Amino acid sequence: MTAVSIRNVWKDYDGQVVLENISFDVAPHSFVSLVGPSGCGKSTFLRMLLSQEAPSRGEIRVEGEPLASEPMPDRGMVFQKYSVYPHLTALENVALGLELERSPLLGRLFGARRRAVLEEAAAGLEAVGLAPARDKYPSQLSGGMQQRLAIAQALIKKPRILLLDEPFGALDPGIRADIHDLMLDLWWNTKMTVFMVSHDLREAFYLGTRVIAFDRTRTRPEEQAAYGATITFDIPLDPADPIKARIRAAEDAAAKDLDLPVSIQTNGI
Amino acid sequence: MPRFVNRRPGRAARVILAALPFALAIGAYAIGSHIRLSENPNDKLLPSFTALADGFTRFAIEPDRRTGDILLWVDTLASLSRLAAGIALSTLLGLVVGIGVGLLPYVRASMAGFLAVLSMIPPLSVLPILFIVFGLGELSKVMLIVFGVAPFLMRDIALRVGELPAEQIVKAQTLGASTWQIITRVVLPQVWPRLIDAVRLSLGAAWLFLIAAEAIASESGLGYRIFLLRRYLAMDVILPYVAWITLLAFTFDWALRHLQARAFPWFAGEGRGRS
Ligand SMILES: Nc1ncnc2c1ncn2[C@@H]1O[C@H](COP(=O)(O)OP(=O)(O)OP(=O)(O)O)[C@@H](O)[C@H]1O
Ligand SMILES: [Mg+2]
Repeated sequence: MTAVSIRNVWKDYDGQVVLENISFDVAPHSFVSLVGPSGCGKSTFLRMLLSQEAPSRGEIRVEGEPLASEPMPDRGMVFQKYSVYPHLTALENVALGLELERSPLLGRLFGARRRAVLEEAAAGLEAVGLAPARDKYPSQLSGGMQQRLAIAQALIKKPRILLLDEPFGALDPGIRADIHDLMLDLWWNTKMTVFMVSHDLREAFYLGTRVIAFDRTRTRPEEQAAYGATITFDIPLDPADPIKARIRAAEDAAAKDLDLPVSIQTNGI
Repeated sequence: MPRFVNRRPGRAARVILAALPFALAIGAYAIGSHIRLSENPNDKLLPSFTALADGFTRFAIEPDRRTGDILLWVDTLASLSRLAAGIALSTLLGLVVGIGVGLLPYVRASMAGFLAVLSMIPPLSVLPILFIVFGLGELSKVMLIVFGVAPFLMRDIALRVGELPAEQIVKAQTLGASTWQIITRVVLPQVWPRLIDAVRLSLGAAWLFLIAAEAIASESGLGYRIFLLRRYLAMDVILPYVAWITLLAFTFDWALRHLQARAFPWFAGEGRGRS
């Protein structure tokens, strides 16, 4: 149950403004879907939430506290690719977070302590349906299995905030539906606050309790460098709404190509 | 008729094709040797196969008349211990400096330029300096190998570490890893198989520097023996020695390749582990 507050955040790379004056507050246990055209700065925004990069201006607070200056276990991350370690089996990938915590010097446990950690990790794998693949290396897993593994790996640290960067982009629709339900279960049970970048509006609306779109409002070439993307719409969704209503909202938005009526272009609720 | 790029030899054809260049080389030697020997039975340049076998027997099986040692083994042992010491030291340097430069911005800032210059010094040009500083004993020979091979290993490992996706390093931090733990659990385990590749590539250079150092100042070793026998034009021993060195080098390469496949099964799946 973690509240996040983003205050006047700007980000530029060598004078090229990418994000411009982003402000919004996120209620505890939200599932925020971030959408927007390619290159508008969604991944950049997640990297700032992770402290992989610092905002050029403005600040991000978690529970009222400023973010640590480097990535910390309170914020878990699932990247689109390269989230899991190729040299560790599925089980070892999940156990890694526990081993690092319990063995500061070697980052590796032996004997009974190792068995205890592996048991815990096995439960984590079980939760994402990967128990049968526990001894396989990531290269032997399908794309969907690798992403589920990445989720289990991140969740073992019980992060308060989970960041997902197009986690399901490469998956086919059938597997995606399964993983969506899994994601909703995990989000509900762990009480995490989730930020998910997605290119798929259906997915964004289906999973999110709130959908936020970034886009550039000024697109004339001479304005490109000086103006970045900002929040163009921000739609709260009622998780209690029947799924059909939420999907319909997604399809409406898609049909209008994100050109939503002014009435729901509420910036920051 | 499929295009030539799409036509593949079958099993038997592959064996024959692989053996063909060897057979041709041996055959050409046999003919050349036969022609020269029929003109002059005392010709030393291309000895017959029986002469080669005799030469090999004299050095590899019969003890030397003066010292009582079996010279091939004494030479092999001397050379291999120098090679092993040189490669071990270079590998250690390659790991420590390479991981530092590849992972830690502070080490990179201070070492990257220095390494780039260091690796441009032709190692043989510092051989006299090594002899002056370390004397004519074992140390100077080992140091020449280190000088010739370590800069390459350091730079190669630094590059391989730099190629690890940034996501992996960030992810480790979100799992609570310290810098040291990132090295021991994320970087080092993924460097091992790449290190094996780098060592395989540097073995040729290591042999080159070993033999050069032995040729110039030594009382034993495979390189010393070849250059000593050169004075007597003793091709009947030099050629078996060269074949023996080649066999040793080939065996190490083969062993390293198999060690990599055995010890790091995940690496082949990475798609980069093809030899
Ligand atoms: N390290 C960097 N240095 C310079 N420019 C960068 C850097 N990282 C991102 N950018 C620029 O910032 C902009 C936003 O990039 P970002 O990766 O955040 O987009 P995105 O919204 O995630 O796009 P996509 O949907 O394609 O993943 C791009 O124009 C990119 O060129
Ligand atoms: Mg992105």
